[in-house]
Amino acid sequence: MNKTEGEHFDVVVIGAGMSGLAAGIRLALFGKKVLLLERHNVIGGLNSFYSINGRKYDVGLHAMTNYAPGVKSGSLNKIFRQLRIGAEEFKLRPQRQSRIVFNGCSLGFSNDIDLLKTEIGEKFPLQVDAFCNLCEVVDSEFRVILPGGWDVSALEILPQYISDPFLIKILLLPLLYYGSSQENDISWNQFVVLFKSIFLEGLARPCEGIRLILRILKDRYKSLGGVRRMKCGVRQIRTRGDGVDSLVLDDGSVITADHVISSIGYPETLRLCLDRSGVELEENVGKLSFVETITVMKGEPRALGWEETIIFFNDTAHLEYRCPDGLVSTNSGVICIPNNYDYGDLEGLEEGYLRITALASYDLWSSLNEEEYREQKEIAFNKLQGKALEYLPFVDSGYFKEITLACDMFTPRTIARYTGRLGGAVYGAIHKNFTGETHLKNLYICGTDQGFLGVTGSMMSGIAMANKHVLARFE
Amino acid sequence: MTHQKVKEIIIEIISNIAPDEDLSDIKSHVPLRDQLDLDSMDFLDIVMELRKRHNIEVPEADYPRLASLDSCAEYLSPKFASNF
Repeated sequence: MNKTEGEHFDVVVIGAGMSGLAAGIRLALFGKKVLLLERHNVIGGLNSFYSINGRKYDVGLHAMTNYAPGVKSGSLNKIFRQLRIGAEEFKLRPQRQSRIVFNGCSLGFSNDIDLLKTEIGEKFPLQVDAFCNLCEVVDSEFRVILPGGWDVSALEILPQYISDPFLIKILLLPLLYYGSSQENDISWNQFVVLFKSIFLEGLARPCEGIRLILRILKDRYKSLGGVRRMKCGVRQIRTRGDGVDSLVLDDGSVITADHVISSIGYPETLRLCLDRSGVELEENVGKLSFVETITVMKGEPRALGWEETIIFFNDTAHLEYRCPDGLVSTNSGVICIPNNYDYGDLEGLEEGYLRITALASYDLWSSLNEEEYREQKEIAFNKLQGKALEYLPFVDSGYFKEITLACDMFTPRTIARYTGRLGGAVYGAIHKNFTGETHLKNLYICGTDQGFLGVTGSMMSGIAMANKHVLARFE
Repeated sequence: MTHQKVKEIIIEIISNIAPDEDLSDIKSHVPLRDQLDLDSMDFLDIVMELRKRHNIEVPEADYPRLASLDSCAEYLSPKFASNF
């Protein structure tokens, strides 16, 4: 590994996840000397990958949002253009059909919004027109995201459009899980972005998983002359006056840059700056973390009658999207079957996968010793799996055990360990930093804490922040 | 540089930025945004490519001058000339 002691860069990008890679590509595309730093030995951040026993897994990927094929103004197509990537390179395949089940009421949805409109027509007939109107409002607001919308809750605004509070909760559930950093709440802007991304533009999965996307991004970055250092994080951001003076890396070497774009999280970034106090950071750290189980099974899940792509469930009449009192809560969650996308022949997964996500307490999981941790993982695994089997077409649990080939699971502790996110907060800080500016004039935030999240959102964030803070500024 | 040459350069840049756009029938006097699906990010890239390939600076206040091929030609012609 080379020491970069004393080297100067136009831009240093901290974190080689989706947003960092996208930012790096934009900067390198226009001739900036960029250094992309990653503490882990693998790229991808919150959407990374790993292997166990020769089997490949994706860390976070259930679905990519903003599919909208052929819609030139669609967010993904903008991303392809901005990164000079062909639309077909990601090999995205659309979802088949998904469902929200809230206190026994089921609404199906797909990438065709008409399905959801029809379902609402059947179960909430008085709300159909209101829902259609809401779709139009979201469409127009998505085009121009107004700053004020980050500070007002969607719960305050939605009753102006949808008069049935139960329907509001049902519509919120998928958006919270995909995802909100606030307990049982979401800002109006976040609602608009996620509603548009999930319901109006649609869900898809790259048929080779996240690895393909990451490989394309990293190769693009490299081919443009971008420099990347792995197993090399930033230990400290040194300041002088109101600007970044230098960066101290994990290995002790010191580098300088005209601009620094950090994708590791807003509180996480501020923590690297010596001049920030601790209190305000702690208040903004997200309280929402998750456990996720992955079961690999023999054969296609469709053979069991499991046809749907994603099921969002909430057992009770109240929204249960909050940090649980215990280690895990299965009062709500997400069931995802990655096989159930519209793959072509010879595409798709060789084995069946069942992914189950539930909310988990980072504090409680972190307090377990090694033996307790292992025990509780097993207990939680069985709890999540049992819950999922309640929502899927019936399969005898003994038979399911027989066809199970492998299992894996991650907890809030795993998330914090590999991503450095405080609190294992997958959806980041409670309050987003939409402008990406910080107290230092040449330090910016991109990624989840800038407000655009998920695979698609964070790429857009990296692009937008690189454009706005570095490229569009003519020195 | 002639106006025609400037237009060709702009079309070339757009074809790299937005390869999925049909550029065969562009009308010079009609705003580009009315004929093609170009947004502010694409216009930023046109400006960035002008700078990268031709060393031409377009300040943000002048972005509206790039609205159509005709206005691009009028605005950029002298800038190309001053590079020689």
